[in-house]
Amino acid sequence: MTDTDTAPRSTATDLQDERLRQSDGVAGSVRALLDRVRGGELGLLPVVAGLVVISTVLQILNPIFLSSTNLVNLLLECVPVGVIALGVVCVLLVGEIDLSVGSISGLASAAVAILFVDQGLPVVVAILAAVALGSLIGWVYAQMFNRFGVPSFVITLAGLLAFVGLQLKVLGPIGSVNLPFDSGLVRFAQLAFLPGWLAYALVVVAAVALFLSGYAHARTRRKAGLSDRSVQALAARSVLLLVGLGFAVWYLNRTRGVGWMFVFFIALILVLHYALSRTRWGKSVYAVGGNVEAARRAGINVRMVYTSVFMLCTSLAAVGGVLAAARLAAANQSTGGGDVNLNAIAAAVIGGTSLFGGRGTAFAALLGILVIQAISSGLTLLNLDSSYRFMVTGAVLLLAVTLDSVARRSRKSSGRA
Amino acid sequence: MADPVLSLRGISKNFGAVAALTEVDLDVSAGEVVAVVGDNGAGKSTLVKILSGVHTADTGTITFESQPVQIGSPAAARHLGIATVFQDLALCENLNVIDNLFLGQELRALRLDDVAMEVRSWELLRQLSAKIPTVRIPVASLSGGQRQTVAIARSLLGDPKIIVLDEPTAALGVAQTAEVLNLIERLRENGHGVIMISHNMADVRAVADTVVVLRLGRNNGVFATGDVSSEDIIAAITGAHDNVVTQRAGRRGATEKGQS
Repeated sequence: MTDTDTAPRSTATDLQDERLRQSDGVAGSVRALLDRVRGGELGLLPVVAGLVVISTVLQILNPIFLSSTNLVNLLLECVPVGVIALGVVCVLLVGEIDLSVGSISGLASAAVAILFVDQGLPVVVAILAAVALGSLIGWVYAQMFNRFGVPSFVITLAGLLAFVGLQLKVLGPIGSVNLPFDSGLVRFAQLAFLPGWLAYALVVVAAVALFLSGYAHARTRRKAGLSDRSVQALAARSVLLLVGLGFAVWYLNRTRGVGWMFVFFIALILVLHYALSRTRWGKSVYAVGGNVEAARRAGINVRMVYTSVFMLCTSLAAVGGVLAAARLAAANQSTGGGDVNLNAIAAAVIGGTSLFGGRGTAFAALLGILVIQAISSGLTLLNLDSSYRFMVTGAVLLLAVTLDSVARRSRKSSGRA
Repeated sequence: MADPVLSLRGISKNFGAVAALTEVDLDVSAGEVVAVVGDNGAGKSTLVKILSGVHTADTGTITFESQPVQIGSPAAARHLGIATVFQDLALCENLNVIDNLFLGQELRALRLDDVAMEVRSWELLRQLSAKIPTVRIPVASLSGGQRQTVAIARSLLGDPKIIVLDEPTAALGVAQTAEVLNLIERLRENGHGVIMISHNMADVRAVADTVVVLRLGRNNGVFATGDVSSEDIIAAITGAHDNVVTQRAGRRGATEKGQS
């Protein structure tokens, strides 16, 4: 409550209850944080901690791990599955699941390759068609779910099989289509990096935007007689962001820099984060995940929410598939197969999205996929084959789900269920 | 009392071969608390569902502010100005108090106006003299009485004329029940018509102005709370003066006499 214009004013409307413990200053914030963690409100803390531990261990085992070259690569590798994971986060938020994201991404990559290379359509048209196909699949899922009440688990398990089949059918007997290296799509995924000045400019814009929006918000709150964040706190937050991102950009710029594809991923996350936290649709997604019946009685069109979420998930899966094809400069029978499906779902869960619905943020996809890619990249650097990668990723996933369940229990016992 | 805001005449509702409600009448005026009491299966819940638009009546007329109306859906009921607080409250435990209050009717759909919503939340809660320390915690952390308060506050958002409370004190402790009863009195002072479904005779006598008894889906008496005893209400609920409750009372009386 310290402010530049420390005019004497009465206690803010939201701080008048005598039972409220004041959480002013650094000590107060730390105490509030500890309280939250103890109560099972873990948020992004476990995954950030996990990321630090994993990076430290892998860096000790192989000093190349945290090198600029490797990190540039790692960030680009994150994107296709990360975009798919972003969709999975949405489905998990309403308490449902999509097991077919991998095959949808494979189908989309096959579709884009066939339409673009074989049929000679413009690349933009091919991409739009692939994404439209993805959202159509989501629409069908939603109809099955809404009208017949088939569990999403079963619908998407059926989809998992069916779309792998369709992908094989689309690719035909050759089973692989190469994308030309000079096409915009492949360049975007492999060679397009931000010029250094632009990367720094974006960092500054982000920090300033964060400060300005925080300041405007604090001012509206103050006018409305509510408690507000001090200018110092807001500035500190922005400076932290500026220094953190600035350092990251500087480090990445020592080699190739920040890929456009990664910027695209971040932009998607920010848009989804806004939609989830600041729109009526977002609130209804959380409400449906928390208590469907309550959402229905509150007048929320629950079917519409399910439909939008399933379509968003399959569309993002298709986008992920297109990016995977672009990254590989080819679409083949194994695109979207193997561990893509489970990695995408694991990323969402490792990032802190609850499997029980109603909890999680868009940033879960980013943090989760960073963990998975870090493990994958680190083990590859150690010359360990994929058998180890699967085992370690499996262990991390189990750990994440266990944390989620334990946190859920301690939320229950401390009345935050 | 003034003309009733809401009046039901001859409401019947059948579920297959079962007549859940037969020719039921009910009147509620502004600033009046009407308790609807009855045994299990008397049709109380069906009546609530008809008022809230979950079910529609088979026959009968509903008059709201002297206009005949149809209540075809929960949204229609809310639009008319009839708000219902269901027994299970229908709150999302993962969302905070503000989010729950404004669920489905958030201000500014594409850029939520969280400041205005928070201000309005405090206004509503103050209006009910609610004891909720902060509106930014998940509803899961609130006590039963506080949750009931949030549910009632939410029903006030659309500025309804009639508030239907389904068993508002059923799951509450002594102090919390008293809080909710205070809340109901405050609703009456603010000029709302309140329909309260209850099992608890003490609560009914504490706040209701009028008691409407349902028995096996029919009206079985309307009493002014001031000039009726609990025994009479119970007699109307069970349908006889010689009922299980009075028999028990009689037996206890006899035993006590025997002991003294």
